[in-house]
Amino acid sequence: MQIAVKLFATLRDGRFESAPIELPIGALVSDAIEAAGVPPKDAAVVFVNGRHAEPGRPLSPGDAVAIFPPVGGG
Amino acid sequence: MDTIVRIDVGAQGGPKVRKEPVGSYAGYGGRALTSMMVAREVPPLCHPLGPENKLVIAPGLLSGTAAGQSGRLSVGCKSPLTGGIKEANAGGQAAQVMARLGYAAIVLEGAAPEGSCFLIYVNKDGIGVENAPQYKGLENYDLIEEIKKRYGEKVACISIGPAGEQRLAAASIACTDMEMHPTRHAGRGGVGAVMGAKGVKIIVMDDAGMPMRQPKDAEKFKAANKAWVEGLKKHPVTGSGLPAYGTNVLTNIINESGGFPTYNFKQGQFDGASKISGESYAAMMVKRGGQPTHGCHRGCVIQCSGIYNDADGKFLSKQPEYETVWAHGANCGIDDMDAIAMLDRLDDDIGLDTIEMGATVAVAMEAGVLKFGDAKGAIELIKEIGKGTPLGRIIGSGAAVTAKAFGLERAPVVKGQAMPAYDPRAIMGIGVTYATSPMGADHTAGYAIATNILKVGGYVDPLKPEGQIELSRNLQIATAAIDATGMCLFIAFAVLDQPETFQAMLDLLNAFYGLSMTNDDVVALGKAVLKAERDFNAAAGFTKEADRLPEYFKREAIAPHNVTFGIKDEDLDKVFNW
Ligand code: SF4
Repeated sequence: MQIAVKLFATLRDGRFESAPIELPIGALVSDAIEAAGVPPKDAAVVFVNGRHAEPGRPLSPGDAVAIFPPVGGG
Repeated sequence: MDTIVRIDVGAQGGPKVRKEPVGSYAGYGGRALTSMMVAREVPPLCHPLGPENKLVIAPGLLSGTAAGQSGRLSVGCKSPLTGGIKEANAGGQAAQVMARLGYAAIVLEGAAPEGSCFLIYVNKDGIGVENAPQYKGLENYDLIEEIKKRYGEKVACISIGPAGEQRLAAASIACTDMEMHPTRHAGRGGVGAVMGAKGVKIIVMDDAGMPMRQPKDAEKFKAANKAWVEGLKKHPVTGSGLPAYGTNVLTNIINESGGFPTYNFKQGQFDGASKISGESYAAMMVKRGGQPTHGCHRGCVIQCSGIYNDADGKFLSKQPEYETVWAHGANCGIDDMDAIAMLDRLDDDIGLDTIEMGATVAVAMEAGVLKFGDAKGAIELIKEIGKGTPLGRIIGSGAAVTAKAFGLERAPVVKGQAMPAYDPRAIMGIGVTYATSPMGADHTAGYAIATNILKVGGYVDPLKPEGQIELSRNLQIATAAIDATGMCLFIAFAVLDQPETFQAMLDLLNAFYGLSMTNDDVVALGKAVLKAERDFNAAAGFTKEADRLPEYFKREAIAPHNVTFGIKDEDLDKVFNW
């Protein structure tokens, strides 16, 4: 299945901003993080379709996964 | 820092300066000092622009010391925007310099004679006040140019622009940064209008010849400061995220969460978000020879600030903060980085709160004064305020007044103050803070975004009511205490996650003052400050109905999550039951 992955801030360095990624049916958020080449400890906040998601959450075709390093401001 | 200076601007024969020991205000700094003094000395029912109101300017307990990150300034008064107590907080050089000069607070009191335009000069030899009509009407950047010619570039300035002189409810107080740019503002609540009502245009401070403040226990203090700085450098948010991208690193993540208010809080995501994100600004600053990593004052370790140049490589403004990028950007449908930086520059120059201004321009857009997305129109509208036209005066009075003037329901305000850059429906914890903070809608008063969105200090689901009351309560207490220290609030990211860094902050205070405060004492201080603030508001006429969001946040769902504000009124009333 195809999912859309977006990376932000320092995670873009040497990688990409957004890209479609092919994953097997039944793949999890953690698989998307790995496929994007992001070390798991750097994926501080992950959204799937605008909702926070844990690494163990299963993905569905067409999901949008957004991966952020630790960020803050205000 | 054991002296309080009071300047009676209305005294017979000209302003009178009186110095007194801190006395019963000892142990308070920053917001604790401004709020305690306003609560004790200002009649709650007075008019904010009348002679009974006072403007209290106070550095934090650790300002002027070697402690990293300790240079925030608090400005307090009864607010012309909310009608309640106010503390507005600013970076820049002022806090460090004022503290080194030995002053715990400068208090402006009394009724200024018609037409006054005072300059207050403070150095190691004392304090002088003169009438300086030559500066009347000047915008902040021009004013500081004049001050540089007269006093050089090593002074710290606290000033108002034309908005403050017009005593408009969205007027800010500007502090100069290390480059003598008037870019760091005590923005919220119309504190600039109160300074204008006291007839004071500018305070110039020179700490030449004044040493750094010395701790009671030098060795302990040094060790604590080392642990403190290490803690800030080690945490990924304060150590790398904020320095690299600034506060605007938030645009993408808040947009992704669906809580990025767009088109006057109509929807929670903005199509142009990535064009105005921190990533885009950082790349532009590098390209144009600006500076993406920069501190707003001496001794800032985190350095979230930056310098933004125009297309010709010339200084245009500081790197616009996240709140500004949201307010003048997404909330107005504007996705042009240069236009937003220009609006930031104009707000700083005229002396206006960028949050209130972005919210107000969006209300004017909804009213049809101009169209959403009209960057040129937004720039012209802000300029109207500088010119003092009737329309400018309405806009300069904030979002609530503007909505009223144009007959609109949708003014995103609490206690008359505009909401900042997070939609309270999609991020309910911050909605609790907006509703209940004694300051009116203020994100900094209890920054639930950390836990609702950023997963700092744990995680509470932003889309559900559960856990939000406790979250906001604990953050409001902690923040009231941190605001007493003079520490920049961004330390909270490190302090919430790293107990040893919190301990280092306590050790700094204890070593400096020879105390043995514990966590419990910090909590007690935070509660005492909040209680004084709430008591003042109650006496000023605020009932529990003031602790509510506007009705439409309960009625109109926001996309993409299609949620309304789900916290019950009776639960909001429990925030301060401790
Ligand atoms: S972190 Fe940012 S706001 Fe805080 S003191 Fe440093 S530059 Fe100023």
